[in-house]
Amino acid sequence: MQARISDARPAGFWLLAAVFALFVAFMYGPMLVIVLLSFQGPEGGLTFPMRGLSLHWFRQLAEGLGVVDIGAALRRSLGVGAAVMVLTVVLSVLAGLAFRKKLKGGNALFYIVVASLIMPSIIVSLGIGLEFRLLDTGIKWLLGALGMESALENYGTALGLYTSALGAHLTWTLPFGLLIMFAVFNRFNPSYEEAARDLGATPWQSFSQVVLPLVAPSVVGIGMFGFTLSWDEIARTSQAIGDVNTLPLELQGLTSTVTTPAIYALGTVTTVVSFGVMGLAIGLALLLARRRKA
Amino acid sequence: MSAPATTSHGAPSAAPGRSIAAWWQAAPFTLVFALFFLIPLALILMVSFWDFNEYELLPGFTFKNYVSIFEGCATGGEDLCVTLKTYLSTLKFSFLVWAITLVLGFAVSYFLAFHVRSAGMQTALFVLCTIPFWTSNVIRMISWVPLLGRNGLVNQSLQGIGLVDAPVEWLLFSDFSVTLAFVHLYTMFMIVPIFNSMMRIDRSLLEAASDSGASAWQTLWNVIVPLCKTGIIIGSIFVITIVMGDFVTIGVMGGQQIASIGKIIQVQTSYLQFPLAAANAMILLSVVLMIIWALTRMVDIRKEL
Repeated sequence: MQARISDARPAGFWLLAAVFALFVAFMYGPMLVIVLLSFQGPEGGLTFPMRGLSLHWFRQLAEGLGVVDIGAALRRSLGVGAAVMVLTVVLSVLAGLAFRKKLKGGNALFYIVVASLIMPSIIVSLGIGLEFRLLDTGIKWLLGALGMESALENYGTALGLYTSALGAHLTWTLPFGLLIMFAVFNRFNPSYEEAARDLGATPWQSFSQVVLPLVAPSVVGIGMFGFTLSWDEIARTSQAIGDVNTLPLELQGLTSTVTTPAIYALGTVTTVVSFGVMGLAIGLALLLARRRKA
Repeated sequence: MSAPATTSHGAPSAAPGRSIAAWWQAAPFTLVFALFFLIPLALILMVSFWDFNEYELLPGFTFKNYVSIFEGCATGGEDLCVTLKTYLSTLKFSFLVWAITLVLGFAVSYFLAFHVRSAGMQTALFVLCTIPFWTSNVIRMISWVPLLGRNGLVNQSLQGIGLVDAPVEWLLFSDFSVTLAFVHLYTMFMIVPIFNSMMRIDRSLLEAASDSGASAWQTLWNVIVPLCKTGIIIGSIFVITIVMGDFVTIGVMGGQQIASIGKIIQVQTSYLQFPLAAANAMILLSVVLMIIWALTRMVDIRKEL
């Protein structure tokens, strides 16, 4: 880049730099306001001015907001997020490897994955909800037909956190995982693997000792996508969940009922978790990348 | 490529038996999409033709649900039917948000790709733009409340400098706040693909354009924009499909007062009127597919990765 465009027209540069700065302020400003207001004093309200600084609203949050048990919802979301993360990493890496070989129907699978990514979430959610309700009807009919009365009475629904909701999250996280694997393998030099094979490595050895260490930082990235996308997911989960809600669904419900800064405290907590996971992932990816160079 | 057996994904040559291994590796991944995407979609199509009463779904084949959705639409006249009105309103949001995110996303990407000089700075600023994407959408929505509310910062400032006497009411729970929240949440979906396209542009093309006497605008319009077409279209598909199916943002930022197709489907589902919701979903799906089809006629997504 010898001839820099910005040298020729500094006016354009300053204009765009201003646009960029305003954009960043637009992205982060409101979030900072939320964090600040969550430390509002006990007398303070939903808007400025700040009436003192306190942890009052975090204590309120810990005691629960109305009928909603925030702690339980938080644990549920962490659990589902962890499950989604592990499944997204394992399934995406496997599928990424499969696509490097001759995969019959690979094109069709690719288009299904893209379709899932851009399908309006409400449709996916409705479909999964419908599927599990029809499954319920089927199971109840079957239990009745087999004469298992007590089992029939105890049967609730197949909809749940680790069934329908988990599946709904995966339709959203796996496409990102696969696209990242594509991007990784498009830039991957196959001669390392050929060298490993020439030196007598089995396919598993060549994967675990050559390929995996090379792609490890990106795999960590996929895990981060998996967790954070699941942690914030609402639209696909909304119709595909049973009796209990995840944290973002509770949060969405609370927006119209809670009129104290406690909801900002909740926002601060979930943002801290998101940032924590991002920090961990970036740290781990950097560590793995450095090890690769060493 | 010298090795004829090498596939497009840089794999070592395929040995016999490897395609079976590939099949097993892709199987769990495929199974998830079969169980939680393809079967649900097929069920929506099927149930959209079913009948229902207050207690249960009644298998059958009827166009009743579709007919009832468009009830009163054929008569014409001054008042549009609810369905068409809702589609018009949703399309209006889609178009507005698309136009704003496109211009904003393009400007931000352009700055990052062509004005930031060091690669390290470029990465750092790009990451800075994408971080909010990984935080909660609902939190990012309600973070506008202390700014736009009746007693929010904006109104306090406007009144403080004497620009208005009474608080401005249309800032929150309005079309304005909905559009603002969409732009806030989804400009990232424009920036990433457009930035990706821009980074692939050979810088010597820009020099050639300027050496041939092209003005900055001519270079932008005749060189950069055509080369960013793929990124622009991918970003547009993301933004438009998200807004078309949305019910969370419109719900929260519209104070649960603004209609959208997604909201109709959600409400019908919560009343267990699955056949109606399914018919609405099929109509929404066909509208979205038509938009995507029109957009994708111009690119091959796979080349971009």
